[in-house]
Amino acid sequence: MGWIGDTVDSVKSIQLRQLLTQAVSLGMIVTSALIIWKGLMCITGSESPVVVVLSGSMEPGFKRGDILFLHMSKDPIRAGEIVVFNIDGREIPIVHRVIKVHERQDTGEVDVLTKGDNNYGDDRLLYAQGQLYLNRHHIMGRAVGFLPYVGWVTIIMTEKPIIKYILIGALGLLVITSKD
Amino acid sequence: MHSFGYRLNGLLTFSLTILAIMCAITSLSDNLNTPSPSAEIQIMNINWFQKQPQGNDEVSLTMNISADLQSLFTWNTKQLFIFVAAEYETPKNSLNQVSLWDAIIPAKEHAKFWIHTSNKYRFVDQGNNLRGKEFNLTLHWHVMPKTGKMFADKIVLTGYSFPEEYR
Repeated sequence: MGWIGDTVDSVKSIQLRQLLTQAVSLGMIVTSALIIWKGLMCITGSESPVVVVLSGSMEPGFKRGDILFLHMSKDPIRAGEIVVFNIDGREIPIVHRVIKVHERQDTGEVDVLTKGDNNYGDDRLLYAQGQLYLNRHHIMGRAVGFLPYVGWVTIIMTEKPIIKYILIGALGLLVITSKD
Repeated sequence: MHSFGYRLNGLLTFSLTILAIMCAITSLSDNLNTPSPSAEIQIMNINWFQKQPQGNDEVSLTMNISADLQSLFTWNTKQLFIFVAAEYETPKNSLNQVSLWDAIIPAKEHAKFWIHTSNKYRFVDQGNNLRGKEFNLTLHWHVMPKTGKMFADKIVLTGYSFPEEYR
C-alpha cells in the first residue's frame, strides 16, 4: 500500500525540468539502440543482420524461436549455404539451404535453387509464379551463427501484441515514476 | 537503491550478460578442434541419361558413399548436415553445382557410415551439355552448433564423367 502512495506522490511532484531530463534520457536510450542496429547493418552488409526462425522447415537444425546472425559478402553463393531470401510480393523472409547453383560465365550472375532441410521438395512452390530460380538480389544474407530460443520474445510479441502494449506501458510507467 | 525492483533488475542483467559470455566462449572453443575427415564416393551405375522435353539433360545414378566424419564432432555440435553435390562447367555457366543427396548426422556414432543410394534429388542440367562431360563429386558438411558460429567445408573428388551418349 505504501508503494501506491509513493507512486501517487511522485506523480504529483513532477517538475518540468525533471520531466524533460527523463524524456531526454529516454530519447538517448532509444537513439543508441537505433545506432547499434544501424551499425550492425553496416558491418554485416545485410538489411536485417538478425532474423528469427519462424517455421519448422529447417528442423532439427533450426527450430522455431531460434535467432540467426546474417552476413552478406560479395563472395559467390555456393551450394550448402544457408541463405535468407525474400520472394517478390511476400514480406516474410525465408531461411533455407541452397541445393543448386548455376553461375554464368560472363556476368557472374547466378541462378540458385533452395530447399528447407525438413521439407520434402524444393522451394519452387514458394517462388513467384513462373520463377524457377532465385538471383543474388533476392538474397538478404547468409546465416553464419545462431542462438537457440532467444527469438521466442519476438514471436510472442508479434503474435500476441497485447503483451507488447503491456510491456511498453509498464516501461513508460517505470520511467515516469523513477526518482533518478 | 536496494529495493526489490532494483535488485531484480541487476540480477537479470548480470545473468543475461554471463549467459551471453558463456555462449561466446562455447562457440570459440569449436576453433580448438582440428578435424580430419575422409570420404569416398563410387558411382555404381548410371541408371538412365535422357534429354527432357524442355531440352534439359537429366541423369539418374546410383552411388556408394562411405565416409568417416567423426573428428568433426565437438561437445558443442548439435548435428552435421552433409550433402553430395556434382560440380561441372558448361559453355554458358562457369560453375554448376547440383545437390544429389543429403543427410543429417545427429551424433558422433553415426558419423562413420556407408550407404548405397540413388540420387535423392533430380540431376537436371540447365541445357543439354552433359554428354561426355567430366564432373567432380564433392562431399560437403555443415557443422551446426548448439550455439554460435557454424562451420562448413568439403572434400572434392575428381575423375567422374558422363557417358558419351544418352541411354
